[in-house]
Amino acid sequence: MSEALHNYLRQRQRLRPVEALPWLLGLAVFWLFPDYLAFGAQVLIMILFALSLDLLLGYAGVVTLGHAAFFGAGAYAAGMASAHLGWHEPLSALVLAGFSAGVLGFLAGLVLMRYHGLTLLMLTLATAILLQELANVNAQITGGFDGLLGIAFAPLLGRFEYDLWGSTHYLYALAVLFVMFCLLRLLVYSPFGQSLLGIRENAKRMNAIGAPVYWRLVAVYTIAAAIAGVAGGLFAQVNAFVTLDVLGFHRSGAVLIMLVLGGAGRLYGAFWGVVLYMVLEDQLARLSPEFWEFGVGLVLVLIVLFGRGGVLGLLDRVRGVGR
Amino acid sequence: MSADAVVLETRGLCKSFGALEVASNIQFALQAGARHALIGPNGAGKTSFVNLLTGVLTPSAGTILLRGRDVTALDQARRARLGLARTFQINQLFRSLTVLENVVMAIAERERLGRSLFKPLGWRSAISEEAIELLQRVGLAEQGLRRVDALAYGQQRLLEVAIALAQRPKVLILDEPAAGLPSAESHRIAELVEQLDPELALLIIEHDMELVFRLANQITVLVSGAVFAAGTPDQIAADARVRAVYLGEAP
Amino acid sequence: MLNALISIIFDGLAYAMILFVISVGLSVTMGLMGFVNLAHGVFAMLGGYLLVTLMQHGGLGFIPALLLAAVLIALFSLLFERFLYAPLYRASELDQVLLSIGLVLMATAAMTYLFGPSPVAVQVPDYLSGQWTLGGRVFPVYRVLMIAFGFVLALVLWLALERTLLGARIRAAVDNRRMAEAVGINVDRLFQLTFALGSGLAALGGGLAVEILGLSPTFASQYLVLFLIVVAVGGMGTIKGSFLAALLLGVIDNGGKYLWPEGGAFFIYLVTVAVLLFKPGGLFGARAA
Repeated sequence: MSEALHNYLRQRQRLRPVEALPWLLGLAVFWLFPDYLAFGAQVLIMILFALSLDLLLGYAGVVTLGHAAFFGAGAYAAGMASAHLGWHEPLSALVLAGFSAGVLGFLAGLVLMRYHGLTLLMLTLATAILLQELANVNAQITGGFDGLLGIAFAPLLGRFEYDLWGSTHYLYALAVLFVMFCLLRLLVYSPFGQSLLGIRENAKRMNAIGAPVYWRLVAVYTIAAAIAGVAGGLFAQVNAFVTLDVLGFHRSGAVLIMLVLGGAGRLYGAFWGVVLYMVLEDQLARLSPEFWEFGVGLVLVLIVLFGRGGVLGLLDRVRGVGR
Repeated sequence: MSADAVVLETRGLCKSFGALEVASNIQFALQAGARHALIGPNGAGKTSFVNLLTGVLTPSAGTILLRGRDVTALDQARRARLGLARTFQINQLFRSLTVLENVVMAIAERERLGRSLFKPLGWRSAISEEAIELLQRVGLAEQGLRRVDALAYGQQRLLEVAIALAQRPKVLILDEPAAGLPSAESHRIAELVEQLDPELALLIIEHDMELVFRLANQITVLVSGAVFAAGTPDQIAADARVRAVYLGEAP
Repeated sequence: MLNALISIIFDGLAYAMILFVISVGLSVTMGLMGFVNLAHGVFAMLGGYLLVTLMQHGGLGFIPALLLAAVLIALFSLLFERFLYAPLYRASELDQVLLSIGLVLMATAAMTYLFGPSPVAVQVPDYLSGQWTLGGRVFPVYRVLMIAFGFVLALVLWLALERTLLGARIRAAVDNRRMAEAVGINVDRLFQLTFALGSGLAALGGGLAVEILGLSPTFASQYLVLFLIVVAVGGMGTIKGSFLAALLLGVIDNGGKYLWPEGGAFFIYLVTVAVLLFKPGGLFGARAA
């Protein structure tokens, strides 16, 4: 018996062979669908953004309607550094994007993590919109409604030029996603990551066993913001253009939907959800935008009423029946 | 630390919500090794008193000393790290995690690992071993890999105590540990309490008088937020005033 | 200067009344059930489209169509409540948020399919479309009556909540649900009733809004945030709170957009954040949310 318990704890975080699949698929797409690499890079960026939300929502249980604030902060940080300061080196600009969003996340977290429930929802929503309005008002540095122009980045590592088909961008985004994912995977099984589960499940008990719940939440809010900022920075680099909608409620809502569609609180849900959503959107929205929008709404309602856990939850249950 | 050293003490502790006074000038001391029961009719302020001791509530006046240190201004988590553990009247468990993970969580926090960001928790074998040993001791090892929400209520009650024990506290407060349990299962809780480290200071809030008289060597009676009587079980049992207010008997 | 001020306040008031009529039902239902409902604007939007349809195809006049639309939406909302909302009363906020976002998307898509993406207009009868002149200034009749209606409605609702048995029950249930149930109030039934009433009012507000805010399929998502802020700033479950929050936000939003067009919406979010930081339960909320 005790051996089984030991094994459980030891093997919970082991790498399973199936975990190579997304990366193999990611590489396969590079060779099989060269025409879709520009779109593919957008998908990879969104996956990274969804992963940052998963840490916050799926692990720590913090519901936010304003996560785009940090995606946007990263995008504007990298974009403005390039357009105004001549900061063209891409990797250091990503670090800058993550750092800026992280600082913003820390400051916001210090205030926001004191609240919960509806008040927190409204505050995350309102602060994100406030940030968007702020970017709008300061048009001389952000480009305002017309968008930020003049973003350009030097070749990656000084060697790899960006081509028209987006193949460099694609591999770049895939590599960044891979590195960030590995860090995240370590993080969620660490004592810190496990304590987030405790906070999600029962914050009252976490306090009672001596965990400084508030500071843990501030920490995870900061980390999630920084990762979202890296995704935003990548977005600015790949698109060479930033508009106000990087900060918008629409983006906060969309990433939430994608994550829930795939399954929150399990890292790979972000992959499933984003790919499914964006590929279907790309195909269906062209045929009939109304049909697509209605379908997304319907699927959301059905997930909430019947299908807990999104696509991955569904797979679990199918496998459970098969057994 | 000598056996009669006071480890938890309140001086002039008061708390009111508007006109409602839930704690009124409470003087209370708990020695190392004490087996102290807190009893009183419903609404006497027992749980409020626990919440004041543990830092969930801030007192309106008075001081709380934990192991000689003034902790009145410290929050709940800091008091827990100083060795104060509690259980809850209504289960407060990590419901979608396994029983094992529930206990591991408490051990990891006790060991101040929560800030560690990379090395997986499951690879720290000292923690795993301690958790498994504890589960065996309380009789939950067989259930170790089950999710808490799939557990029978009685087993959840046991886990409630096991988490507090995993904190290796100096002071343990059990808030109605046997609430809602049939006598066979409350017997199991009582056994667990009897096996506690004799140095540990225990404060138990309980309605089940049989359990109180079995476990406690000191009793404090709380009525309307104030200490109404205090003494040994024999003294309390013989106190006519206590029987009048608490046991509902005519004096 | 004075002219500008009067016009800001006047238009702001008319706008605020629309916000109030639509949001007040949301405030009471959220106060009762704590349900995070982002889809309340859907009922307003449906009310608007139903009004337009009843007038164009049913040949009804503005006022009869408006009232009929409100009643029909109120009845229709009961289906929503039973089959979609009721199963989730004890669910997490996240589930409630997702469900209501799903409903907004579906409603938006359905309205786009039925009515096209461009805004639709409503033919306001002559006796509402004129202007009154007062002290040399011109006031559109529709807006004057809108403001008057808003004040009257606030007064009626307030009296109903304070003076009637039903109101007393609602207050009791908002205050302490378990206690209300213990004394024999059927909170579920009570909630159905207020839900229908709130949705009917939202439909009424949606119909009235067509002339002032316009109506397109994005109505529900475009104003979703605004209705929620009115409730959050005012405090859930209070009519006085919704009314004053709607006044505050309506006038500030209108004034902000007038005085500083590009900075526009900045002020109301600033006010919202400030209010929530210092009073998490809203200006008149009994408890923290």
